[in-house]
Amino acid sequence: MQALTNRSKVVAKKEMTFIEKLYLPAIFSGMIITFKHFFRRKPTIKYPEQIRPFSGVYRGQHVLKRDENGAERCTACGLCAVACPAEAITMISAERKPGEENLYREEKYAATYEINMLRCIFCGDCEDACPKEAIFLTERKVDSLYTRNELIFGKDILVESRENPIDLSKRQTPQVKEFKHHKEFAHNVVFEKKK
Amino acid sequence: MPKVTIDGHTIEVPDGTTILQAARKIVEQPDYTGVSIAPPAMCFYTKLKTSGGYCRTCIVKVSKGSEKDPRPMPKPVASCRTTVTDGMEVQNITSPELLEARKGVVEFLLINHPLDCPICDQAGECDLQNLGYEHGLAKTRYDFKRRTFDKIDIGPYIKLHMTRCILCYRCVKVADQITDERVHGVLNRGDVSEISTYIEKVITNDFSGNVIDVCPVGALTDRTFRFKSRVWFTKPLDAHRACTKCSGKVALWMKGNDVLRVTTRKNKWGETEEWICNECRFEKKEVKDWVVEGPRHIERHSVISANHYENLSQLKLDINKQQKQLAGKQ
Repeated sequence: MQALTNRSKVVAKKEMTFIEKLYLPAIFSGMIITFKHFFRRKPTIKYPEQIRPFSGVYRGQHVLKRDENGAERCTACGLCAVACPAEAITMISAERKPGEENLYREEKYAATYEINMLRCIFCGDCEDACPKEAIFLTERKVDSLYTRNELIFGKDILVESRENPIDLSKRQTPQVKEFKHHKEFAHNVVFEKKK
Repeated sequence: MPKVTIDGHTIEVPDGTTILQAARKIVEQPDYTGVSIAPPAMCFYTKLKTSGGYCRTCIVKVSKGSEKDPRPMPKPVASCRTTVTDGMEVQNITSPELLEARKGVVEFLLINHPLDCPICDQAGECDLQNLGYEHGLAKTRYDFKRRTFDKIDIGPYIKLHMTRCILCYRCVKVADQITDERVHGVLNRGDVSEISTYIEKVITNDFSGNVIDVCPVGALTDRTFRFKSRVWFTKPLDAHRACTKCSGKVALWMKGNDVLRVTTRKNKWGETEEWICNECRFEKKEVKDWVVEGPRHIERHSVISANHYENLSQLKLDINKQQKQLAGKQ
């Protein structure tokens, strides 16, 4: 049979010579390699104490943002859920009652909003689809947990707290905002070019 | 029998047929492939007499008046109100200036329309949304104050969100023609005209719920479905029941085992096939009330078709058709 690559070596089962039978040269050459590594830079880091620099647009755990008045931006429009390739997002919407204007930005809001972190592939499509700038992926990592139910994150985990808002300035740069401003017309540009 | 040519397709239609109906007939032919040449319609509704002529989205260019008088018509005409003549030649999608004119019409429709699609229950099956998307108008250029109205509950079942209304008059015609006592209509004129009942009178007629289905935008919505789910998360099924008032043939919109919404069955043109009564629409919200026939056919371009599984052979036909259309565009 013809080999698929030319990297395979023919194994010859020949008698070892006297030098080879001593094994010492082989052991020394092996030890040289081992000792060389003592003086090399370590490729690993001591993880929990030491953390590698993250990209500013690393896609980690999601956050549901509040607006400048502290009201939830999400209106449960469902575009993130329909954009989600892993079908990880589900939500139930509800109507805002009079007097809840400081809690929810618009007349409809997400009564429950769940992301199944076991399903999520952190592609960021939900962030792209969101018309209200409500959902973002952040550079926070998702913790490992013991049960499956714990990994279905609800609004209690996802919505940012009023006291400690999540800083998005690394991913919401002025250029990104400018791009988003014109994003609605993006499909038209393609359409016109085709003609 | 006049012979009319629309975008190069010739068809013979009976006297009194409008250009819009002739175009739809061409597209409905089984051997028709390619891009739809039927003009979009926001106010015209086949089942409602005297509907049409308000929105102007169905305008077409008549490049040859008729065999006897071959002069072109000077301005674009509303195809839903213009009847065909023998030898007439019509341009719809083949005329770039007409598409530009229609784009202007769409922009005018969007002037006062709020872009609150993320909240609106109609999103996903909204004619204006489709129209805006097709003509590349995701935004309006209008900077001035828009007309706004308070939301009104018309009875326990219907919500009127007048701000979204495009004044197509379809609901008025429904109230006029299929219910026996009309209690709502259009008040005032011009920019301030509004659909309303007289002093928020409750609509109690058995067939009043049909105004929800004819509404091309989210101005009239079902209060029993309000914010329950986005339409693309619900699964449409054909179902029927023995009803003494109407045909009982409906489309159920299910989520899990819950019937979230009951609507009429709509045809290819988004028009109701058979009207249904309020009892079927609003009160029979359990699966055991209905005999389910099977999944409803949803066009593949619709967002509702996401994760919607139906007859696979039909799906294959749809995919073939779409590919042919794409080949035709290139």
